[in-house]
Amino acid sequence: MSVTEDAIHDELKRDSFVKKLSLFDWFFAVSLIVAAGYAYQLYSYLMDGYEVAILFGTAASLVALGWWWKATRLFMVAVAAVSLLSVILYAPAIQTLVERGMDSRDAIATLANLDDKVNSKFLFKYFLSSTSAIMWMSALFIMATLIYFFHLATRSEYAGKVATAMTWTATVMGFVGLMVRWRESYLISSEVGHIPVSNLYEVFILFSVITALIYLYYEGRYKTKAMGGFVLMVISAAIGFLLWYHFNKGAHEIAPLVPALKSYWMKIHVPANFIGYGAFALAAMLGMFFLFIEHAKSPKLSNQIVAQILIFVITLLSFLASVGADSFAVVAKNLGLTILIGGGFWVLGFGIVRGMRAIGSDNLPKLEMLDDVMHKSIALGFGFFTIATVLGAAWAAEAWGGYWSWDPKETWALIVWLNYAAWLHMRLMKGLRGTPLAWWSVVGLLITTFAFVGVNIFLSGLHAYGEL
Amino acid sequence: MDNNTHTADVARPAVTRRSVLLDFLGSMNLAITILVIIAIASVIGTVLKQNQPYTDYIIKFGPFWHEFFLSLNLYDIYSSIWFLALLVSLVMSLSACIFRNTPTMLQEMRNFRLNSKIKSLGTIEGAKSWVIDDVETTEKNVARFFEVNGYKVRRKQHDDRIIVAGMRGRWNRLGYVFAHLGIIVLLVGGVMDSTIDISLRESLGLSQIDNESVFVKDMPKISQLQPGDLLSFRGNVSIAEGQTANFTLLRIREGSLVQYLPFAIKLKDFRVEHYSSGQPKSFESDLVIIDKDRDVTFEQTIAVNHPLQYRGYTIYQASFGDGGSELKFKVWPFYDAKLRTLDVEGVVHGERVLETLSGPLTIEVIDFKKYNVRPAMQGDPKGKKFVNDGSSVVFKVRNSSGIAKEYINYMSPLKQNGGYVFVSGLRNSPSEAYRYLHIPADDKFTVERFMKFHALMNNTERAQQIATKTVSQVLKNAPDGDKYKQNIVTTMMELLDRFNYGGYAAIENHVRKAAIPEDQKSKMREAYRKVLNTILQALYMDVLQAEGVDIHKPISEQQQGFYLAALDALRQIPLYGTPFYAQLTDFTHVESSGLSIAKLPGKNVFYLGCIMSIIGIFLLLYLSHQRLWAVFYKNESGQDTLLVAGSGNRNVADFRQHFQLLMEKLSRVVGEPKNI
Repeated sequence: MSVTEDAIHDELKRDSFVKKLSLFDWFFAVSLIVAAGYAYQLYSYLMDGYEVAILFGTAASLVALGWWWKATRLFMVAVAAVSLLSVILYAPAIQTLVERGMDSRDAIATLANLDDKVNSKFLFKYFLSSTSAIMWMSALFIMATLIYFFHLATRSEYAGKVATAMTWTATVMGFVGLMVRWRESYLISSEVGHIPVSNLYEVFILFSVITALIYLYYEGRYKTKAMGGFVLMVISAAIGFLLWYHFNKGAHEIAPLVPALKSYWMKIHVPANFIGYGAFALAAMLGMFFLFIEHAKSPKLSNQIVAQILIFVITLLSFLASVGADSFAVVAKNLGLTILIGGGFWVLGFGIVRGMRAIGSDNLPKLEMLDDVMHKSIALGFGFFTIATVLGAAWAAEAWGGYWSWDPKETWALIVWLNYAAWLHMRLMKGLRGTPLAWWSVVGLLITTFAFVGVNIFLSGLHAYGEL
Repeated sequence: MDNNTHTADVARPAVTRRSVLLDFLGSMNLAITILVIIAIASVIGTVLKQNQPYTDYIIKFGPFWHEFFLSLNLYDIYSSIWFLALLVSLVMSLSACIFRNTPTMLQEMRNFRLNSKIKSLGTIEGAKSWVIDDVETTEKNVARFFEVNGYKVRRKQHDDRIIVAGMRGRWNRLGYVFAHLGIIVLLVGGVMDSTIDISLRESLGLSQIDNESVFVKDMPKISQLQPGDLLSFRGNVSIAEGQTANFTLLRIREGSLVQYLPFAIKLKDFRVEHYSSGQPKSFESDLVIIDKDRDVTFEQTIAVNHPLQYRGYTIYQASFGDGGSELKFKVWPFYDAKLRTLDVEGVVHGERVLETLSGPLTIEVIDFKKYNVRPAMQGDPKGKKFVNDGSSVVFKVRNSSGIAKEYINYMSPLKQNGGYVFVSGLRNSPSEAYRYLHIPADDKFTVERFMKFHALMNNTERAQQIATKTVSQVLKNAPDGDKYKQNIVTTMMELLDRFNYGGYAAIENHVRKAAIPEDQKSKMREAYRKVLNTILQALYMDVLQAEGVDIHKPISEQQQGFYLAALDALRQIPLYGTPFYAQLTDFTHVESSGLSIAKLPGKNVFYLGCIMSIIGIFLLLYLSHQRLWAVFYKNESGQDTLLVAGSGNRNVADFRQHFQLLMEKLSRVVGEPKNI
């Protein structure tokens, strides 16, 4: 490079972040602020001071997010556009049915009813109702998982692009589903209306989309799609649960909030928690990826033993979770099922190792990179999890009279926090790297999952909002 | 960490006992070990249900394990000495780490390392070197370049070199201090608000829990606490509508202490609001705070998630119950031919004594609920998710031996199998499930017809009349009718009597004991069934006739349904356990609001600690303390040389990338670097 006057001038002038913003950046920011203002105008009568602060705080944070991670601008515009389309079309459609004598809850169900040929509407059946949006999200996530693995195996760039596009679309549809569900809850009645983060069904959707977003960030930052398959596996598992919960338990029904949940705290405590959970889940899957690559290259007996123990523990826990029936036949069936699942994990693991050997370590991501992303994800998760726990304590103080009651859910949140605090100390202060941290990250997911759902299934306490 | 090996020309401090202790306490291994042990100990408290009555544990684990768990204080694990000791060791570990490292951290933040040696900088990975023409201009440009890229710049002239040092992200160091100090602060707040002062008072003999008194006014002085006795507490109090309370009860293990407040709380009104589905929507209490000391009185409404704060005390809406509702009963006797009913008034938490033939019976009224909302059964015709079973009263009937049976009676008739029934549940102990008596409602939706029916069964004279009449009619055309008539009537009356006092079971018992061959017994049963049915039907017809129904026409489907339901109820009356049915006829609902009152002065300390930690964690994790050095010196050949090196204390890989990028950009300003 030759030194020119221009070059010197360039490098020595102070770069203003603001000057670097494009027209789209400004359009995006202005639209967000205007939207927030409009929402305030429409709904300020339903909001107290804190909720107004949350509304504008969220708008400001989303502007910052869009300016910092440019891809999210188009993402947010897409979510807004599709959700608005649904919301605008919903009201008159429901009005028509209500005039015919239906109540609003039945009207919503009818519009989206696949079997009702007369009253249902195509757009709602297949795209715009919250349930159909969530089905799209589910299908796309599952397909994306497979295509990411295909990309990993064949290094097909096209497959990689398709997988990424599917993941973005799935995330858009997931958020659309949540937004439209928010609206639907208010269409049923203003008593029932609430932000859709209040029960196990809704937060599993939130978990899926947040984990996907965190993944997409790292995919863009590290410019590799190799991690997609593993990360999306945990999302697909969440989707699997979601679909079971939907079809077997009818959990998608919108129910009004119990008095304890009617608070602005829910809007900030729950999402912050799920940024934490999502980041931890992502780190765990990368840990798993790390261990598989390492094992494919140079198998170690110690790794195999730990893996077998883990599979056993997970199988045992899922068995215990499903037990509760009186008849021996049902227990035996559960046992058979869980053995099948445990065996399935074993076979899957076997297949993955074989697959990786076939792909060859040159074509697999570098272990240092995986280690780096894992660490960053846990740092992100830890930060937000800390915030979420503190917010939870503040909420408890307002609702139950004390910021810490050693309630099982609170205590397990502390345990998760301690676990990752220890993890970060090991990495940052003791300089630990690689295999042991990867294992720890995977085990961390077990602890996190127990804190997330295990407490609700096995233990009881003040926190039983997401019971199966 | 920093690549600061070039500044390690510091005299090693003497290895003292104090420094060894400090080293140990502040060691990473200890810290991580403590974190893990606290995590495991916390798990125990979630798996083993805390603060349950000891009897529960004895039943669950057996006496041996119960004693063992008790000795380890596992039932109140988070207040136990050893758990507290764990937290204290955490605080010590944190303090040691802060004590040891804060001076260094602060020093690092201020020190630009302007005394770095050329040789040591040259060994830093990625360092680049240039031969330059004009030292003065280049120096200015390099300084500006550092600034433009976000680094704060300082300059120092040495004999043999000029150093321009840049630094950014120094707040990372403060993050370290805040993150750890914040945890100590929040723990201090937590301890301030823990039950440690209660435990202290107990061990000093200043306070003693009371588990005997029924009323607060009976509690002894040593179980009383005045405002200011405790630094912090969390208690509960139930106030009935219209009542005032100036205390709160602290539940400690199996007993309580009463904590007096410096002001009084009056409950003006309590409301439960429901969704249209019947689920509770919100609970609200209208409170009046009366503070005599400060001559302040004000009103405020509280609800779940909307507490009241006054003078450091916070009052929460926690629960609700009955505050002494006034109830009216109509007592229907069983086994009284004259069906002499009694109108009785009662109040919840009160009792009435009724004189009966079997001795005095005490009715203790336990609870009253205005609404009973429960999930609807599948296939509810209205498609509702919840149904309201109306008002109910729970009361105990205690005999002179002290044995009590508990009843739950619903005020309104509930729909069942096409007809309406008055439901009365019975259980002999709280661990049992209720068994229900369903009294069918008559056309006017009262229990009158049923009661009259049963009374008629006890009216031997009239029943005999009806029996005789019926049998005569049946045997009218039969030969030898008269001979058998008396026998049949006698049998009928016997059966009626058995059924009245023992239900079908009594008759079955009689059949079993009869001295006739087995194969004849089924015939006997069949015969008895027919005879019993005949008399019961006849009695029923009599009751209907008294109501004004024309019994010569076929009776309605409803009236038939009533009969079948009545039979079912009749056979259960012998098992009812009490010789009367107490029908709830009216109520004046007095609600009570369950308030939770907390004084937690450590709250703000706790939140301060949380905020410090959060700020600290984000500074620590997201800022990297980065340094750049630009050294201007004359090399061996006498040429003016520029050496640039950099380091970051986090994310080494990221910094390497960042530094390389910086060097590429710098090359556009000062030219191509030469290989060192």
